[in-house]
Amino acid sequence: MTHYPILDQKDTRSGFGAGLLELGRTNPSVVALCADLTGSLKMDAFEKAFPERFFQVGIAEANMMGVAAGLTIGGKIPFTGTFANFSTGRVYDQIRQSIAYAGKNVKICASHAGLTLGEDGATHQILEDVGLMRMLPGMTVVVPADHNQTHQATLAISAHEGPCYLRFGRPKWPVFIPKDLPFEIGKAQVLTEGNDVTLIACGHLVWRALQAAEELEKAGISAEVINLHTIKPLDEAAVLASVAKTGCVVTCEEHNRLGGMGDAVAQVLCTHRPTPQEYVAVNDSFGESGTPDELLAKYGLDVPDITAAARKVMARK
Amino acid sequence: MSHSTAVASPSAPSVAELQRIASQVRRDIVRQVHAVQSGHPGGSLGCADFFTALYFSILRHDPKAWSMDGAGQDLFFLSNGHISPVWYSVLARSGYFPVQELATFRRISSRLQGHPTTHEGLPGVRMASGSLGQGLSVAMGAALAKKLNGDQHLIYTLHGDGELQEGQIWEAAMFAAAKKVDNLISTVDWNGRQIDGDVDDVLSLGDLCGKWTAFGWDVLEMNGNSMDEVLSTMAQAKARTGKGKPVMVLMRTEMGQGVDFMMHSHAWHGIAPNDAQLGSALEQLEETLGDF
Repeated sequence: MTHYPILDQKDTRSGFGAGLLELGRTNPSVVALCADLTGSLKMDAFEKAFPERFFQVGIAEANMMGVAAGLTIGGKIPFTGTFANFSTGRVYDQIRQSIAYAGKNVKICASHAGLTLGEDGATHQILEDVGLMRMLPGMTVVVPADHNQTHQATLAISAHEGPCYLRFGRPKWPVFIPKDLPFEIGKAQVLTEGNDVTLIACGHLVWRALQAAEELEKAGISAEVINLHTIKPLDEAAVLASVAKTGCVVTCEEHNRLGGMGDAVAQVLCTHRPTPQEYVAVNDSFGESGTPDELLAKYGLDVPDITAAARKVMARK
Repeated sequence: MSHSTAVASPSAPSVAELQRIASQVRRDIVRQVHAVQSGHPGGSLGCADFFTALYFSILRHDPKAWSMDGAGQDLFFLSNGHISPVWYSVLARSGYFPVQELATFRRISSRLQGHPTTHEGLPGVRMASGSLGQGLSVAMGAALAKKLNGDQHLIYTLHGDGELQEGQIWEAAMFAAAKKVDNLISTVDWNGRQIDGDVDDVLSLGDLCGKWTAFGWDVLEMNGNSMDEVLSTMAQAKARTGKGKPVMVLMRTEMGQGVDFMMHSHAWHGIAPNDAQLGSALEQLEETLGDF
């Protein structure tokens, strides 16, 4: 299998911040809005460099989504920044009517998603956001795997006409995606090829899936790892090509098993090529306080969970 | 103040001409709602004078040069989208789309959806509205974009008074004053009625003028069913833009204005007249521009 060395340890939100700063320099239409979390979202560099294009809206996320929608009318490309919980559930109706239904070119950038938010606990650990966003007609949903890819994805969504949801996180996490690996919205990445089982992952769990593939390799099992960084539109061809080879799939996501990436993959499979699938996802529960590693282990999203799911799904072939 | 001070250009219509247009707009409202037996006539009728003044005298706009960005034009946002019949009428009558298209209101495959939207590409509409409380935020975004673009034109909005019960309105109100969004003139249709009854009974707004003032807005009041007063007060409002404060015009109206049996009640908020009621309504409203 292809091995990916750890290049660094960085948070994905910093990849967003770096991408946003780069866009500030390269695209005068890009503006940014933040609801009192500028430091947490790593938007402070953009704010400092481009104060006239930065809007601090205070703790008022509903208003932020509306203002962002209005800015598009004057030709701006607004990037909103707050935690994933406040970027989606709190403002679902504003996104639905003023952004998605109205077809506005707003980039909803959501940090601190999932369990790896850590110690703040379940109130802030949204595990339903990908489901909420992928249900909205016309919404593009991107969940990049590491710092480098979050930087790339931030640039990519600026060039994509239409509403986008970009999900990333808080903790320092292995950086392993080479900066020169091309990133294209809607184009999944086969990180390593294999024949026995397909591991499809997004976000922080891509690294866990690669670790699992290494464990499986030691046991003589050849796993193919796909980074499905775009949940919508979903790269159906990549999924179908892989399962045509392996005949089974494990989906790995830091999200409720209901409504997330795994369900999106299942829909493709049941429609085009019924294939045994196992979910590595949160089993319809809320999270709790803890460290990211503790939480991933307790809620069944760790490397042993992925390898166990791989063995189980292979037995179902 | 005389209405003449509000005349935007030498070709602006007189008060009498605007009143004749408003009569046709009211016919359009009741005929749209009657034809499909669905829609919101009460608030639409109450705002017919304001919409007529806005689209035929106040707004600096060019319906034939419609574009989403509205560069070099004043923009209007309707936040209480359920009064779409009055908006569709003035949009059509001022040239945004064919008047005959009013016959498609709320029908399948129409651009004239029950609540206004950009989704079907109807000229003149820049935002979807219907779910209440969102329009002020969107309008402020458009106002900020105008400032960034160096465009001196203004943003106008209309909200229902019942709509002010939505919390997002007050998030937006705070933002507008704090960020000095002073190229914005908002108006409230202060008819005192909502679906379940009088606003004072459902959830009183309290001291509405005091609330907006306390939020840092420059507040005016007017009788929205007096064409003279609409023109003069909106001219005052325009004169107060660019001075560091957003401008609010609290507009007293009568729901159902112009159709006697629809007035003085909340009953006609969202129901359609039957054939006999339509006949009675049309007898009270002169056909001045030709029905669609």
